[in-house]
Amino acid sequence: MKFWIGVAVAFGAAAATAAFVDFDYFFFAAYTVLMFVMLATAWNILGGYAGYVNFGTPAFFGLGAYTAAVLYKAFALPLGLQIAAAALMSGLLGLVAGLLTLRLRGIFFAIATIALTVIMETLFINWRYAGGATGLQLLRPPPMAPFESYIKMLFVLMVGMALASIALARYVERSWLGRGLRALRDSEEAAESSGVPTLKLKVFACTLSGALMGACGAPMPMYLSFIEPASTFNLNYAVGALASPMIGGTAHWLGPVIGALVLSSLQQLVTVTISNEMNVLVVGVLLVFFVVVAPDGILGLLKRIFSRK
Amino acid sequence: MSPLLNIHGLSKSFGGFTALNDVTLEIAQGERFGLIGPNGSGKTTLINCVSGALRNEAGSIVFDGKNITALPAYRRTRLGIARSFQIPRPFKSMTVLENLTVPLDYVVHRGGLHRAQEVERESLEILRDIGLADKARTPSNRLSQVELRKLELARAMAARPRLLISDEAMAGLSGAEVEEVLKILFRLNQAGITIIMIEHIMQAVMRFSQRVVCLDAGRIICEGAPAEIVKNPEVQRAYLGA
Amino acid sequence: MSGELLFEAVLFGVLLGGFYAAVSMGLSVSFGLLDVPHVAHPAMMVLGAYCTWLLVGFGLDPIVAGVVLMPAFFLLGVALYRFYYEAFERRGSEAAVRGIAFFFGLALIIEVGLMLGFGVDQRMVEAAYIGRSLSFGEIRLPMRTLVVFGAALVLTAGLTLYMSKTFTGRAIKAVAQDEPALRLMGANPVRIKQWAFGIATAVAAVAGAMLIIIGPVEPGMDRVYIGRTFAVVVLAGLGSMTGTVAAGLLLGVTESIVLIHPDLGASWAPAVSFLLLLIVLGARPQGLFGR
Repeated sequence: MKFWIGVAVAFGAAAATAAFVDFDYFFFAAYTVLMFVMLATAWNILGGYAGYVNFGTPAFFGLGAYTAAVLYKAFALPLGLQIAAAALMSGLLGLVAGLLTLRLRGIFFAIATIALTVIMETLFINWRYAGGATGLQLLRPPPMAPFESYIKMLFVLMVGMALASIALARYVERSWLGRGLRALRDSEEAAESSGVPTLKLKVFACTLSGALMGACGAPMPMYLSFIEPASTFNLNYAVGALASPMIGGTAHWLGPVIGALVLSSLQQLVTVTISNEMNVLVVGVLLVFFVVVAPDGILGLLKRIFSRK
Repeated sequence: MSPLLNIHGLSKSFGGFTALNDVTLEIAQGERFGLIGPNGSGKTTLINCVSGALRNEAGSIVFDGKNITALPAYRRTRLGIARSFQIPRPFKSMTVLENLTVPLDYVVHRGGLHRAQEVERESLEILRDIGLADKARTPSNRLSQVELRKLELARAMAARPRLLISDEAMAGLSGAEVEEVLKILFRLNQAGITIIMIEHIMQAVMRFSQRVVCLDAGRIICEGAPAEIVKNPEVQRAYLGA
Repeated sequence: MSGELLFEAVLFGVLLGGFYAAVSMGLSVSFGLLDVPHVAHPAMMVLGAYCTWLLVGFGLDPIVAGVVLMPAFFLLGVALYRFYYEAFERRGSEAAVRGIAFFFGLALIIEVGLMLGFGVDQRMVEAAYIGRSLSFGEIRLPMRTLVVFGAALVLTAGLTLYMSKTFTGRAIKAVAQDEPALRLMGANPVRIKQWAFGIATAVAAVAGAMLIIIGPVEPGMDRVYIGRTFAVVVLAGLGSMTGTVAAGLLLGVTESIVLIHPDLGASWAPAVSFLLLLIVLGARPQGLFGR
């Protein structure tokens, strides 16, 4: 119950901010942070709960973005339907990729996800209708009522989607599904012999994760009024989606949220004060640090501190 | 009455190494069956093929009239085959109680809408049976070796099997502990569960089993009542070397 | 597509393939034999390429520079494996996920480190054999590709001989097959694995030298080579040295043909290795010569 109150409060706060704050930069920055919260949460469903590392977040995110862009270009589809279609396409990608590679060990799945990203990017570089390597310009429709500013509308939308993803991840985590995923992560053999259909569960997690990443990417073309392969399939999405849960903590739905908030804020700070490259270095170092020294992430550290008291 | 488990012509190789060679045996409903053999003779491989952890290259496995040779492991568990692992594999991120909810969720209740309290009650019952009730809330990564062995058995029991395979559950236990585990297995058998016991502790196997099979280098070299097996020169040679 | 053009493409592909095989040898040892999820192997190679660039600045020939770097990279490899072993392999299977993430982070750090140290522009080296071509009748082949192919042959032959003829080499193969047996024989598996990883990293240094001879390098290059090296190693079948050669050649020829194909060309070539990888993983994950 407490959770849903929190969700309502968060959404209410977002709506209020959109109504009363007029500082545009805030909404742009917040949109980016929220995107990473959603990506990290989606990533964690397969990476944290089931233990299969996905390097290919850009493949799912980018496919979602391009699905939305192409459908908008072809049919002027409204944003809601774009998101649904994007989720469907990326979910399908997750399903197929999962069926193909999740029977194998974790490292093979991880490498396969890198392959997916490159192949997706190559496909869209070579697709003229979608803009090819140079990209596609898109004209935004007017914002839907009651919003007067498009970016404010996207901000509230992303808040909603991020909250929905968190709620979904939380549901999976706490249900028998989540227990099955944890069992297969702890010992796949023992899980199978305890009746857990490990392949089915893994593929489910991969499909759900992919669908959420796709949905997250769908508003991107409208956000930028533009889409092109290099930035859409950017490695930063892979890094952010992976590093945030590793830093925040992978066992609990709050971990990716904390990780994404911490990482995004840190990244904004470093990019502005030092440089863009330094920012990737910082993420890399933090990732290695947490993975080696604090494997349970920030949440794990907090638990240890508070349980001693 | 037809046998519960029928293994026919089972063969399994790893690269160039033949672990099981044309193994054929039958296990009757309600039987207490012992499987012995020196290290490396293929006992665990046989169990892995029966439970579905490994795929055999040749031969068939029929369980309760149903050919399960091609079924994945989780399906076989749902049909009623459960096993404990030689080296315990607890779900380390879970407590002892939660470990048991996994088979209860996935085998007994099949992910349906069931109340968490009922599952918990069932788990506690099993833990009480096996003597781990006081450790119910303990994280499973903090158990002693003996307790881990018991958890393995408890988890197999939670799947409400018709055939339970106990893979060296008593290795390294003290005399009193061996007695404890033996008592539990006898009780399960009395309740109707067919049990295959793999053990090196001869006196336990001999006391428990109605029938014993001895494997050596992937083949069955002897089959019969415990008393005969012990006296068999082939068996003695297998254990002590030529 | 004329027959001559195709022949030239295949020939070029063979030369390129030899290079890919040499580049993947290190991964064949570290991932194929030792089971380390070494996604940072190509990054190590790129690091080697940049170090080669530095040494060439001091007047060394690139291949010589690569050889000179070997001892330092060997030690680096030993240290890296030791760290990985203590932090991850020892701690059991839950650490497998974090091991993968670790090497990913490492690759990132190397990439960015190179960017910060050398800038994003491409670097290249000059040597007597770079920039000239040799003619064989109607066919013209760039000399640098021939030099690299020659070096690749030497490297591959050397490594294969090492693995089969020397005591340590065979110990490495043994530890990959049956670690407990090795322990029983009194050998220390961790030290053997360390040594193997060191060798793999030293080979990466030479691969880096070859890389910068073949063409200019830039810090983000490791990404396309993750595809190439893993495709080769998986296609070969984990741990098979001969397989690595065959798989490397296959990849080289396929990429070369795609490159000259009128409908495909350079925009598709980087995806070839990744497509091949996916196909192998889906259809025959144990590879051509898998154990």
